[in-house]
Amino acid sequence: MNRIFLYSFTEMALYIHKLLENAITNTVLLQITELAIIGVTLLISLVILCFFLGWMERRVAAFMEIRLGPNRVGPQGTLQIVADTVKLLFKEGLTPNKSDKFLFNLAPFIVVTASMLAIAPLAFAKNFSIYDINIGVLYVSSVSSLSVLGILMAGWSSYNKYSLLGAMRSGAQIVSYELSVGLSLIAIVVLSGNVSLGEIINSQQNGWWIFKGHIPAIIAFVIFIIASTAEINRAPFDLAEADQELTGGYNTEYSGMKFAMFLLAEYINLFIVSAMAATLFLGGWMPFHIGDWESFNKIMDYIPSSIWFMGKTFIIIFIIMWFRWTFPRLRIDQLLNLEWKYLLPISMVNIIIVTLIAIMGWHF
Amino acid sequence: MDISVIIFYIISVVITGGALLAVTSKQIFRAAVYLIFSLLGVASMYFYLENNFIAAVQIVVYVGGIVVLIIFSIFLTQNSGHRLKKPDGKRVFFSALSVLSALLLTLNVIGNYNFKSNSNNTIEPEIKNIGMQMLSTTQYGYLLPFEVVSFLLLAAMIGCIVIALKRN
Repeated sequence: MNRIFLYSFTEMALYIHKLLENAITNTVLLQITELAIIGVTLLISLVILCFFLGWMERRVAAFMEIRLGPNRVGPQGTLQIVADTVKLLFKEGLTPNKSDKFLFNLAPFIVVTASMLAIAPLAFAKNFSIYDINIGVLYVSSVSSLSVLGILMAGWSSYNKYSLLGAMRSGAQIVSYELSVGLSLIAIVVLSGNVSLGEIINSQQNGWWIFKGHIPAIIAFVIFIIASTAEINRAPFDLAEADQELTGGYNTEYSGMKFAMFLLAEYINLFIVSAMAATLFLGGWMPFHIGDWESFNKIMDYIPSSIWFMGKTFIIIFIIMWFRWTFPRLRIDQLLNLEWKYLLPISMVNIIIVTLIAIMGWHF
Repeated sequence: MDISVIIFYIISVVITGGALLAVTSKQIFRAAVYLIFSLLGVASMYFYLENNFIAAVQIVVYVGGIVVLIIFSIFLTQNSGHRLKKPDGKRVFFSALSVLSALLLTLNVIGNYNFKSNSNNTIEPEIKNIGMQMLSTTQYGYLLPFEVVSFLLLAAMIGCIVIALKRN
């Protein structure tokens, strides 16, 4: 592939690795240093990402409601979220008197850790991921199922009926929508014949799965977007933290930085869900390729892979934010009906069709 | 000491410590939380042994599934927020006896089983090989146990639906 950009993320990583290799001779120490660097970089970039997503959410909400949104602090209101974070930093971290203090303080960490673990196999650019584990899809879905434990823990230990109700709703919701998410992911796993995220991206060299897999892939994509919006507790599925009914749900009793950590986890989850949708259905960092149109594909290759990845991810994030201001909130029975009576049967039939397509080789 | 040995011991401490706390905790919800740590420790042990598939399945099935169900049933039980009473002496005695005999039995089996490595017959723990092995009817295939387990799960599911459907 022709390179017009001198610096790609892969080369940058290699350069830093070489630099460290010369400086530190002990291999164990070298590995620990590199792990620390990756961790710190990840933390900083995730915080910046969450600042951006918080700003984007408010601006998108304002755009949908024909108003301006935050526009005073900093250029276009970009520093508003920094100001909010500083405010949260100075707030007192209250712990309710009768709560289970250990679990109350542990819960935000579990939620954040679960969402950060799921970042590992995502490829942000060509050959640039933290750890391309050979069971990527399964790993992400298994690790992200941990966050429900943190939510249940938060709801229980707050000693507040609203928190407990919110946690129960959230648990029921996440556990049931996990099935649809898993089944729609399996559709792509069947088509590409692989569970590693890197291999799935490579299999989209001659076109993204959403185009190659015909209508079943599109159905799987739509189900994935709906079910994962429910899984990350975002509107119209935000029963677990419905402000108007439950005064905030499972995070009612939290304040200060502990509350901010729930917010952080929510935005990281939003990013992960969108990145997974972009990776599996829209090719991840893979540029827009059409079959064997050599010259067209060459032109597309000139756009760097990281821009492709981020562009796709942010389009999906925008769509999920759009949902929030378009659909009214579902009742709990409607929510469970939607999953068990519509999405789950549809995705089961869809899996059979996808398997048929994969066996007969009808996909491109 | 090698770094992998240190990691092994850290994981072992988490597994056994979590398990011990789970059975000695006075609050039932806390016991469930400690159980999570123990099960996650087992999952990380699988990761440590480079058997990623089993590790992910361990997290999905045990931590994401079974423990969540346990927590749900705790939420639905009355008085689950209260501290548990101290068990009486007779119960402690008999449970200790059964645990001790189970421990002796396990130690005996492990002691007599000389772990030989059968290097000529190993299969890479890749997802594809596991799937093929599950559905193979040859000598080391698992088709029959797989089908038996599926039947058991099917029966359990039908039982659940029947119980849930029962009105009045």
